[in-house]
Amino acid sequence: MAGADGDDSLYPIAVLIDELRNEDVQLRLNSIKKLSTIALALGVERTRTELLPFLTDTIYDEDEVLLALAEQLGNFTMLVGGPEYVHCLLPPLESLATVEETVVRDKAVESLRKISQEHSPVDLEVHFEPLVKRLASGDWFTSRTSACGLFSVCYPRVSSTVKAEIRQHFRTLCSDDTPMVRRAAASKLGEFAKVLELDYVKSDIISLFTALASDEQDSVRLLAVEACVSIATLLPQEDLETLVMPTLRQAAEDKSWRVRYMVADKFSELQKAVGPEITKNDLVPAFQNLLKDCEAEVRAAAANKVKEFCENLPEDNREQIIMTHILPCVKELVSDTNQHVKSALASVIMGLSTILGKDNTIEHLLPLFLAQLKDECPEVRLNIISNLDCVNEVIGIRQLSQSLLPAIVELAEDAKWRVRLAIIEYMPLLAGQLGVEFFDEKLNTLCMAWLIDHVYAIREAATCNLMKLVEKFGAEWAQNTIVPKVLGMANDPNYLHRMTTLFCINVIVHCCGYPYREITTKQMLPVVLKMSNDQVANVRFNVAKSLQKIGPVLDSNALQTEVKPVLEKLASDTDMDVKYFAQEAISVLALA
Amino acid sequence: GDGEAREAPLPTEQPISVGLCIKMSAISASEKVDGFTRKSMRKAQKQRKSQGSSQYRTHSTPVELSPLPQLKDAPSTEQQELFTQKLQQCCMLFDFFDSVTDLKSKEIKRATLNELVDYVSTNRGVLVESAYPEITNMITTNIFRTLPPSENPDFDPEEDEPTLEASWPHMQLVYEFLLRFLENPDFQPSIAKRYIDQKFVQQLLELFDSEDPRERDFLKTILHRIYGKFLGLRAFIRKQINNIFLRFIYETEHFNGVAELLEILGSIINGFALPLKAEHKQFLMKVLIPLHTAKGLALFHAQLAYCVVQFLEKDPTLTEPVIRGLLKFWPKTCSQKEVMFLGEIEEILDVIEPTQFKKIQEPLFKQISKCVANPHFQVAERALYFWNNEYILSLIEENIDKILPIMFCSLYRISKEHWNPTIVALVYNVLKTLMEMNCTLFDELTSSYKADRQREKKKEQERDELWKKLDELRLSNPALVQNNSHGLLRVQNNNNNNNNNSSNNINNSDTQDRDVDSAVAITTDEKEPDSMAAGESTLSAK
Repeated sequence: MAGADGDDSLYPIAVLIDELRNEDVQLRLNSIKKLSTIALALGVERTRTELLPFLTDTIYDEDEVLLALAEQLGNFTMLVGGPEYVHCLLPPLESLATVEETVVRDKAVESLRKISQEHSPVDLEVHFEPLVKRLASGDWFTSRTSACGLFSVCYPRVSSTVKAEIRQHFRTLCSDDTPMVRRAAASKLGEFAKVLELDYVKSDIISLFTALASDEQDSVRLLAVEACVSIATLLPQEDLETLVMPTLRQAAEDKSWRVRYMVADKFSELQKAVGPEITKNDLVPAFQNLLKDCEAEVRAAAANKVKEFCENLPEDNREQIIMTHILPCVKELVSDTNQHVKSALASVIMGLSTILGKDNTIEHLLPLFLAQLKDECPEVRLNIISNLDCVNEVIGIRQLSQSLLPAIVELAEDAKWRVRLAIIEYMPLLAGQLGVEFFDEKLNTLCMAWLIDHVYAIREAATCNLMKLVEKFGAEWAQNTIVPKVLGMANDPNYLHRMTTLFCINVIVHCCGYPYREITTKQMLPVVLKMSNDQVANVRFNVAKSLQKIGPVLDSNALQTEVKPVLEKLASDTDMDVKYFAQEAISVLALA
Repeated sequence: GDGEAREAPLPTEQPISVGLCIKMSAISASEKVDGFTRKSMRKAQKQRKSQGSSQYRTHSTPVELSPLPQLKDAPSTEQQELFTQKLQQCCMLFDFFDSVTDLKSKEIKRATLNELVDYVSTNRGVLVESAYPEITNMITTNIFRTLPPSENPDFDPEEDEPTLEASWPHMQLVYEFLLRFLENPDFQPSIAKRYIDQKFVQQLLELFDSEDPRERDFLKTILHRIYGKFLGLRAFIRKQINNIFLRFIYETEHFNGVAELLEILGSIINGFALPLKAEHKQFLMKVLIPLHTAKGLALFHAQLAYCVVQFLEKDPTLTEPVIRGLLKFWPKTCSQKEVMFLGEIEEILDVIEPTQFKKIQEPLFKQISKCVANPHFQVAERALYFWNNEYILSLIEENIDKILPIMFCSLYRISKEHWNPTIVALVYNVLKTLMEMNCTLFDELTSSYKADRQREKKKEQERDELWKKLDELRLSNPALVQNNSHGLLRVQNNNNNNNNNSSNNINNSDTQDRDVDSAVAITTDEKEPDSMAAGESTLSAK
């Protein structure tokens, strides 16, 4: 190992340990974060015999230090001499897995899981599994919670006797007195089921699952819903009805909205896990109920899943199920009282058009899209607009353009700049779908207006938007539509607008590139050069920056005769920053 | 808290915080919309929202109620039967979210509840054994429910108006009735314990999360009565409160009734027998002390500090672990919390025994010396106020040779450097007091101040050099180099960015003076979009 030749006199352990013990937490934290460096300096032998015992003994520290330590130890295998010695890392990690702070404990468990893989099967039984047992029977709930995360990593690699013990420990923790431990066990139930033999899944896991799913605390019950997905995936279809479905049905109608929310949130996974038959008979009515739930949180979670659920319905009678069972609920949600519900729906509803086809979309969905485009909440409108591509494929966007335009214009002028920003980001997409004519006629003015918005982020996004439009519509379009307007702004009385001209030129040059250098040389370069006389320094140094960008597309004549003199003049400007950027441009363009 | 080591969990990773799910989706969406909605606008929304219904029930429509005869008019032989009928009638639940439906029935139930309250508080001999199940059934039907998701996912208990329980006109009377029932002189715990059992208490405790302070206030009094009357439930209640607190600290960071539960505990701790059981000490160290880390500490700090001081008055030997615990969780970035911690320390010092003080003085005064040097003047001021406390002053004087060396450096430095004149004045007074306590030591420390600073600086340099050497070793090790070089690269990039930013900013402010035609001078214009909202708000202010 590399540390073996480390000079002991240079790095005496005492000094290093002093660093780890420093009174200042920040310094202690810094040292812990560089623990691998210390270990490297000490070499593997002394890391094992001196550093690790020290770390194990001084576990009482600030949580932040402990967190860093727990993380470091997960990557320490090579530093203690490789897999053969990896079990040396267990004592400090075991202590860390019992501390109060969840973040530290979770990190310790993560590291333990990681190094468990580096144990040989023998070491796993001799060193690792006893640790898991100690944690599982600890006095304070923290160690038992940590144990829950360790069963599944050692189970597959131990003997059948030890396996039986592990199953027993897991069972005990599932009925622990402390809800924190039951929650931890419930959250690992699915993971543990995956490593168990199928017989034990049926005998052990199902009874635990049923018990946890009817726990007195809803925080435990809702975790059982998560486990339900994994368990259902493991079982053969014929067992699902008797072993899983009673519990799932009960969860979908739980008196606590948190549990129902969880069912809604995991609905697609559940649907895949139980298969098409159960979906048709059980999940469709359950889904309808969730879409009509009395709590908005549940409705929103279900609304989010509408598209995915419909997509995954068995194809043979998908359309019929959607039209008769799902669509009526969806229609109601369009005018829900809660805006989160409406906006969740708006983010997925467009996806239904691909599933239902052209005629259904025009007849049933289009009215809903149009209603949502007029919704009072901007988020709902944005979500519709951001998913226009789905509809475009099915019925073409023209069907919507009548309502689309007012919606876009309204969002484009919204008082909140973040709304304006969001709509700008969809402009290239809209432009692509609406076509150049429609764009020139209706949207171009908006795009140019954003360039002189009073918020910088909007002007910046508008500039970026121009670039994407030019990429889409081509350089010739740019020359005719964009360039004149952009160049016109060079004479604006507001220096911020004059700078916008420069920013736009930068992106247009970038897009049009060499083949269209005519535009650059003939139209844009003269304007840029003229702006070098601007009285605002910000404009002048942006001229230098722009020239640096334009330079590569110009011919050497233009560079030498036109650009060089201007940059030289700027390089002797009175302003420090103008000088700096001019000099930078000169050196980049090799004009010196 | 936001700045603490805890990572923000994704909703799918931590299903326990399911209540925040909408919040997550709402944030991503509303951040798009506007991350900085103005407080006044949010307030307006809140007022509109503050009447959600929280009663979850199936969609069965209530049957219309018809009034029963008054209890006081019934012959005494029929009173018991009528009482039962009235209790059953009050099990009907109504939708208060809809303020126009069932008006007549709602009024009948309200009147009946009023009558029932009156009946159990003024009459003797009405609590016959057969009434207990009817009474508890009426109570559980009305008050036990899953609390609704918060109407306002960003609910900040310190700032926002709470969502009030819509069905309060009925629920208040049911709580009132429960209280009168428990306080009735004929009330028999030996019968009631069949109904007021662990499950009942468990559900009652969950209601403490209610956002409605009126409800929590009733719950507080009721739980306190139950704790007093049902000896068999005491251990269970304590354990469940334990669990609620642990979940609050380590899992959800959200529970509305912490202050109320602590208030009950305050009086429970008061009654603990001596010597304290291990269970109680564990509660102090593993629950009450970590509670200090909570983000919303301000909401229950007074009650919490009271509990802690109660413990120390019972058993002074707990002083050292308690103070060490507080020092471990001492706030690093939140000045407001730091002031609270200092307040609690003073409360503890008020009752500390001199022998305990000696055990803890060094780590404690190291922290206090950091506090007096805090650039936030409220923190510094709060710490310096300790010197106005006669008892603390006497403790300091008794141990001046230990404390002065710890405090001197900070005090000496801020007497010259602190920006706030009040603090400087206070520090001069404190220095003077300390000097009077031990003049010789004070002079020694003054004369060695410079040398000490230099020694510290030298140590600092030595440390840097040690780490430089270690890093070289690391770089020469191929297994670890890759990782490290990435880190270095990133740092360099950041530095470059920073340089760019600062040069732009400087320039921007420079030019604005000369810029004649820029009517709209936006200093924030060149900054990252993050800080844009501030830019906009200044604009719209114009």
